[in-house]
Formats: sequence, C-alpha cells, structure tokens
Amino acid sequence: MSVTKQDVAKIAGLARINMSEEELDHMVPELNNILEWVEQLGEVDVEGVEPMAAVIENTLRLRADEVDADPKTGGGKRDAVLANAPVAEHGFFGVPKVIE
Amino acid sequence: MSEELTSLGVKAIRDGVAAGDFTAREVAESFNTAVADAAALNAFIVTTPDHALAAADATDAKRAKGEELGAMAGVPIGMKDLFATHGVQTTAASHILEGFKPQYESTVSQNLWDAGAGMLGKLNLDQFAMGSSNETSYFGNVSSPWRKAGSNAAMSPGGSSGGSSSAVAARIAPAATGTDTGGSIRQPAAFTGICGIKPTYGRCSRWGVVAFASSLDQAGPMARSVEDCAIMLGAMAGFDPKDATSLQMDVPDWEGALNADLKGKRVGIPKEYRMEGTSEAILESWEQGKAWLKDAGAQIVDISLPHTKYALPAYYIIAPAEASSNLARYDGVRYGLRELPENAGLQDMYAETREAGFGDEVKRRVLIGTYVLSAGFYDAYYNQAQKVRALVARDFEQAWAHCDVILAPTTPTPSFPLGSLNEDPLTMYLNDVFAVPASLAGLPAMSVPATMTEDGLPLGLQLVGKAFDEQSVLDAGLAIQQRSGFDHAPEKWW
Repeated sequence: MSVTKQDVAKIAGLARINMSEEELDHMVPELNNILEWVEQLGEVDVEGVEPMAAVIENTLRLRADEVDADPKTGGGKRDAVLANAPVAEHGFFGVPKVIE
Repeated sequence: MSEELTSLGVKAIRDGVAAGDFTAREVAESFNTAVADAAALNAFIVTTPDHALAAADATDAKRAKGEELGAMAGVPIGMKDLFATHGVQTTAASHILEGFKPQYESTVSQNLWDAGAGMLGKLNLDQFAMGSSNETSYFGNVSSPWRKAGSNAAMSPGGSSGGSSSAVAARIAPAATGTDTGGSIRQPAAFTGICGIKPTYGRCSRWGVVAFASSLDQAGPMARSVEDCAIMLGAMAGFDPKDATSLQMDVPDWEGALNADLKGKRVGIPKEYRMEGTSEAILESWEQGKAWLKDAGAQIVDISLPHTKYALPAYYIIAPAEASSNLARYDGVRYGLRELPENAGLQDMYAETREAGFGDEVKRRVLIGTYVLSAGFYDAYYNQAQKVRALVARDFEQAWAHCDVILAPTTPTPSFPLGSLNEDPLTMYLNDVFAVPASLAGLPAMSVPATMTEDGLPLGLQLVGKAFDEQSVLDAGLAIQQRSGFDHAPEKWW
C-alpha cells in the first residue's frame, strides 16, 4: 500500500498538524519508503496468534476507594494544574471561542 | 583533586564520601565545573549546579550526624530531560514543551534524590526520545566526546539518550538516567564506551516520564561500570501504584549479588543476529565476547530467534502508533507552546501549535502512527504488528529452554559522524535492529563496552536476560568487564 499527497494531507489533518505543500511533498516518499518496508510483516504466518496485549504478565490493580488516597494524584491541585497553561483565566484553561 | 574526583564512578564516590576521603560538596563542585567547561558537547539543556550542591550538603550533614547514607549518597548525576523534575524545565528536547516547569517530580528521579543523589542538570536527547543519533533535538545536536583517529568530525553519541552517554563518557557526570523504548539506552552506551541497562518492563515507574510508546518505555541507568549500573538501578526501581504497569515485586539487591563466575550458566548465541551489513569489527568483538564468557565458566550454545528480522518493522508500527496517541496531549491548551494566529479557532490553534512545536522526525512518526491506526488499516498494520510482537516474545520464551542469557552485538556499526545518516530515515532506524527485539518482549538487556575499532571508536556487546532476571544480565556483563579491562577514555578536546 502506498500513500498519495492527498492521503498524507488527510492524515496530517487527523493528527492536527498543519503541513505546507512543500512539507507534504517531502513527506510522501519518506512515508512510502517506511510503509513499503513494513509490508514485509505480511509474510509472517500469524495463524492462530493473538495480538500481544501486555508485554509482561501483570494483574491490573484497583486502588482503594478513597478520596485523595495518594495526595500526589488526588484533587485540590487547581493552581498546580494551571501553572503551565499558556492562558489560564478564572481557574480555567482559556481557549479561543468554540461556538459562534 | 578536582580532576581526580571527576574520574570516579558511582561506587567510588559513594564509598569515598562515606569513608570521609572527600566530601560530597567537593564532588559536586568538581562535576559542576566539569559540566560548565563542556558546553561544546551540548550534552545538557539546562544545568542545575545548585541542586547538586544542595543534595551534597544534605549528604555531608547526614554523615556528620552519623545518620545512615543512601545507596547514591553524594553522587551527582545527569537527568535525561524526559523525566519531570519539580520546578526545573522539562522539555523532552522539544519546542512544544519549552519552558514547561513540572509541578511534581517523576517517581524515578524522586527515588534517586531519596537515595542521596543530586542533579547536575537536564540532559539533551532526541526529541521525544525519537532518534538514534541525537540529531532531532530542538536544542541542537549532542557531540560524542569520541573522535575517530585522525579526524575532527563530530561523532554521534547515539540516541535517544545521547546527552546521557556523552556526559558519562566525557567524565562530566559519573552516571546518568536514560530511557529505552527501542534501544535508547543500549545503543548510545555502545557508541560511547559505557554501560547501560534497560530493566524488565515495569521495574522502573513511568510516572512523570514524558511518554513516547508506553508499552515499550522503560528507564534505566547509564554509567561506566556494571557495578555502578547495579547500584543505580537498585535506587531507580521499585513498585509504584501511580503506574498501572509497575511491577509489584521487591527490588533485589543486584549490587550485593553480583557474581562474575558463570559456571553452570548457558549463554545463547542467536544465529539470526549475524545480519548482512554488520561491520566486521562488530562480528569480531562478538567472537571475543563469547571467548570471555566461556573463560568465565559459561557454556556457549547456538540458539535461534526466527522472527528477529521482523522485530524492527513491527516496532516501527507499534511505537509510532502509541506515540501518535500519547502526543495528542500537546494541544496548546494545558502546557507548553501555543500558536494562535489572529482570528483562528480552536482547531487551527491545535494544528498551528503542533506544526510549530514538533520537529520533523516527531511529525513523521505521528503521521505513521495516525495512518496505521486509521479505519481500514488497523488490522493490516497495527494488529499484524502486535501478532508479530507476540511471536518475537515467543522466540525468546523458547530460547530460554536452551540458555540463561543471550549474547549479541548492541549495534550493527560503530558510531558515525553527525549528519552522515540524515538523508533516509530508514537507514537511521536500522541502528536499532539488534536492540528492538528485547524491547518488544519487555526483557532486561544491557550494553557493556567490549573492544575498540582500528580507528579508535568503542564497541559494545549486548546481554539479554529472562524477564525479572536482571541479575544474570549484570553478572554476564561483569564477566565481560573483568576480561575486557576496558578503560579507554576519549581524549579531551572540548
């Protein structure tokens, strides 16, 4: 399978990355080289093989049903959460107007 | 005094401070000076001499009071700039996180501070840990301290932990943290003549580590000896409830159990690692490694890992897929860069921010990841890759019936000049062909320095062990270290 410039523009749109015409032209052969190379995975007989879900056997834990059981990941951190926001107003993240 | 101190490793510093041969403050001051003098390497994005001094003073005060000292007491280290450090800029070497000052500390870095270590600064790396040469950083290339005999060309320190490898090899840090997603600890360690171990997936908490490919990312130490790696890994590792994939297991005393006597151990030599394009010097060092391990009492056995060839292409589907999902968080809203052209809406802000904030290699991988996860292609690419990954892991499982640890080269070639492999992303990816299989299987793997090329560049050997068996990896590494007597250091030019 190979991608066209239109395909790459569409993927870039899905990934929310603006790309100039020039960048798209550059990216098309690069992506196609990589995609052509990964095609070889199609040779592998995977009959009856389950896709890997966890690399090391591990059980999923449940945390205690307690508010702020771990203060580091608990609540009450509004100012810390907003500290690095490009725009923070009235205790919220500021973004451009979404609805006209 | 100062130069003597910077020639010491983790164990020598810790033991020397504990014995009162020198103070932690003297050590920190010496390394702070060495770091300041080595700007030409571009190994650090920011330096934090005050952090190193404060930790040193705390250690000296503890010692004066006769209190027990931690496993890393008095050792100033470099911190890869992928670990969130409270109040200290954390960028993942990207523009999109420039200026980001975490409001919390990563578990691994906190564990190291708790063990008495201090921080010399945040180390440069490939942007979002994506790269094998440390040429994708927004903050410029890192130079290896090594140069080819008779040449002044800047060489690659490897990647993505290239700031870490460069700093440790240059003796401006006794040790550094690294992270390994598909070879990012082992390949730079091999390129610079130092040791580096990636433990079993889940040993070190990922909490507070900027995520690249979460099912592969694993932190580990980089230092100049196997003993130093064992000490530092012990300080970094441990169960962390804040990471859902953290291993709920005790951390063994790796340092205390080190044993280079390999009698009764079987060392597997995978025939599939004898690949076309591997340099002659690498193959010779592999032979040398076999001889050393045999001399240490091990039995050498031939093994087969039939799906080796498919590990790298599977990795280049899985890692970008996970990256495209992980990097969706950089949207110009919560932290980091925001690009907001006049009258632009929210969607435009996302797309402009990500265009300006991500480098070319990051964009390439996010696009590949988005593509292989998109409707209609998911089964053909992503699911197929995850099935191949299961087969790569099964290869190792079956090999453990015949051997206890695997010996292979770390990389197919020695280091190369910066700028020499930039034309084609694929050629760069091939650097990790020997490193990626162990990553896909989540296994502990280490690179130790072995020999030198004729033109004076270091070569590394790789050891891969069973899940949770870092000890066998470290033991075999120690056996090699004792026999190689590798003590080559780059000549100072910076």
